[in-house]
Amino acid sequence: MGYPIEMQESIRKLEATRAFRLQQEIPRLTPEEKTRLLEQCHPDFRPDGMRPVRVGPNKGQRMQNELVDLLEAYSRIDPDRVDLSRIDYDVDVLVVGGGGGGATAALIAHENGARVLLTTKLRLGDANTMMAEGGIAAATQPNDSPYLHFLDTIGGGRFQNKRELVWALVHDAPLIVEWLKDLGAMFDTHPNGDLVVSFAGGHCRRRVHSCKDLSGMEFMRVIRDELWNRRVEVLEFSPAVELLLDERGRCAGAILMNLETREHIIVRAKAVILATGGIGRLHPNKFPTTNHYGATADGLVIAYRAGARLLHMDAIQYHPTGAAWPEQMLGQLITEALRGNGAQLVNVHGERFINELETRDVTSSAIIREVRDRKNGVRTPTGMEGVWLDTPLIDIRGGEGKLDRMFAGIVHRFREYGIDVHKEPILVFPTQHYQNGGIEIDPEGRTDIPGLFAAGEVAGGVQGRNRLGGNSLVDIFVFGRRAGQAAALFAREGPSPGKLTLEHVRRYHRELAAEGIEKGRVSPLLLPDYTRPEVKERRYS
Amino acid sequence: MGESLIPIYIMGKRYEVPEGLTIMKALEWAGYQLIRGCGCRGGFCGACATVYRVPGNFRIQVGLACQTPVTPHMTLMQLPYFPVNKAIYDLDKVGSPLETLLQLYPEAARCLGCNTCTSVCPQKLQPMYYVAAALRGDFARAAELSFDCIMCGLCAARCPAQLVPYNIAIFVRRYYSKHMRPKPQHLKDRVAEIRAGLHDQALAGIAAASEEELKKLYLKREFEKL
Repeated sequence: MGYPIEMQESIRKLEATRAFRLQQEIPRLTPEEKTRLLEQCHPDFRPDGMRPVRVGPNKGQRMQNELVDLLEAYSRIDPDRVDLSRIDYDVDVLVVGGGGGGATAALIAHENGARVLLTTKLRLGDANTMMAEGGIAAATQPNDSPYLHFLDTIGGGRFQNKRELVWALVHDAPLIVEWLKDLGAMFDTHPNGDLVVSFAGGHCRRRVHSCKDLSGMEFMRVIRDELWNRRVEVLEFSPAVELLLDERGRCAGAILMNLETREHIIVRAKAVILATGGIGRLHPNKFPTTNHYGATADGLVIAYRAGARLLHMDAIQYHPTGAAWPEQMLGQLITEALRGNGAQLVNVHGERFINELETRDVTSSAIIREVRDRKNGVRTPTGMEGVWLDTPLIDIRGGEGKLDRMFAGIVHRFREYGIDVHKEPILVFPTQHYQNGGIEIDPEGRTDIPGLFAAGEVAGGVQGRNRLGGNSLVDIFVFGRRAGQAAALFAREGPSPGKLTLEHVRRYHRELAAEGIEKGRVSPLLLPDYTRPEVKERRYS
Repeated sequence: MGESLIPIYIMGKRYEVPEGLTIMKALEWAGYQLIRGCGCRGGFCGACATVYRVPGNFRIQVGLACQTPVTPHMTLMQLPYFPVNKAIYDLDKVGSPLETLLQLYPEAARCLGCNTCTSVCPQKLQPMYYVAAALRGDFARAAELSFDCIMCGLCAARCPAQLVPYNIAIFVRRYYSKHMRPKPQHLKDRVAEIRAGLHDQALAGIAAASEEELKKLYLKREFEKL
């Protein structure tokens, strides 16, 4: 298949400027230039993309339309029909979510003596963690420090991050790298055993540790294997559809749904950890997404209904480099580590237009400006537009074999479509990647609701309004571990939960009704529906 | 994606779907809302292993639904959960590499060398060779050869000797990485510093700085060269 003729003409121009570009230095933008660019081009600033939510703890705040639709919806269950005396599982710690954050929390809570149940919507490990390519950020090098990592993270987050969370993140990061290494994760190393580190945008040091371009998969495989070794109880295909509180407002379990039989499962727990991930499959602003099939904001919805506050939900991350061609790969992640190892962004005329190591929000905005405002995009036969990511530069700079050694996944996936990334560039355009905000937590993963903890992408505050590359894989492990520890301790030493109740759901329903919101829409969504309107129409229900 | 519709058979039922779609998108086009058999949709998680046949070929073929395009008259079925053997072990308490491998997975020694595993691997790995390397005690080679494994289970589904190559591989990689590779000195040093509290003061200082001061420090950072 490969690239059609029209696109190949642009590739010739890119090749003609390559020698010049190798020497070209593009200065970083000033804070004023960044602000202007973001306001002009970042999707968060589109006037019609968001609206204020009318109910709940964040009433009046603007959020993505697609999320507000789910927050302004009724529960999937009728609280009056549930028999809360029929308890199916009675545990110390219930972990909701089977990605990196949930699996880590379950492992650590179990290590701390808790009886743990982990429940997940799909299979254990089928989550965004598995798809993380770039790697994990940590200041492990002699020329680096947690102090510099703190500074980069908070500046990247536009100074809106919760500082005590950033502190925890950068402080624990090297400990997490050691923990993963001791679990048997196969990091990229130099011949003497030192860890290989790469750049990611916004970091002033090389500090992203990788396992080729399958870093998240490697960590997830290893942690999942360890969960199995320790025989931690796991329920698959059983998402949580509502939290349970007790009469004093403490979180005391959850109602799960068996996706195949549609039965509900009642879990009583002394502490609950939400690690359900993000929002990508709601497709904010109709963007494609890099996210997993299950990323439908379920944890946000049930926590919000139970009274937990959300933070920065108007800040969505669009990854600068989603695949724009071939059509079959649309929106899929093209790792930032390619830019961190020297691949450049180039427009239809063969020109660079931004320093490739700017933060993701800025880089995405620059690509959108290049394509939309300046009309310098490369058009595909399906009408999609994008810019080039000049991947052959990786081998040119780093010596032949570097692409194969560090980016085997990318090489393999494009080869399937007749594109040789050693010789040809990749066409890219921003794609929805991450939810910067989430449920507000403290450094131990505690939320506003006693007994409810959150970790990973569902939690908010640590990334501020924009996340740096490599900071998500470290986030899930740092806060997964801290939440696992804190929840086990809470379960052991906190007061016993009282009588289970769904009163918060009734209260929320009354709030919806008072706003004139009619019944009809239910949440959480659980699974996106990609069937055609023609099929849906004939379901007659 | 082509405009023309082609017939395919999904778990026995005939549907007409556009040519060029992946199996996963064809399932959704036909009206399926997937519960099992769908995960990352990008070739990482191994949830969508699919078995199919095409006319004129007696062979059972396999692939990932998110990566394999549909072809006319393809008859397909998604692989249900496949129950395989996974040894339970404590990575802190293991013996020598080969001895431990044969304790955990004695059936590994029964490998017939038929290479069926290699012919079904959607990642184009060579399970037979990494199992052979592991049985030689060459864990470094086995780890390298198996690194891209997505644990979809197709190799185990087809192995006539009933090995589970992907579970053998993850044990080998974890063992190799933990016990056979040196621990980096710079990591040991940094972890020791952090445990001794050597970075606490600097972090407390910067966490207490005013926003204005933070912005100044941020702009003054010096970048390591690319």
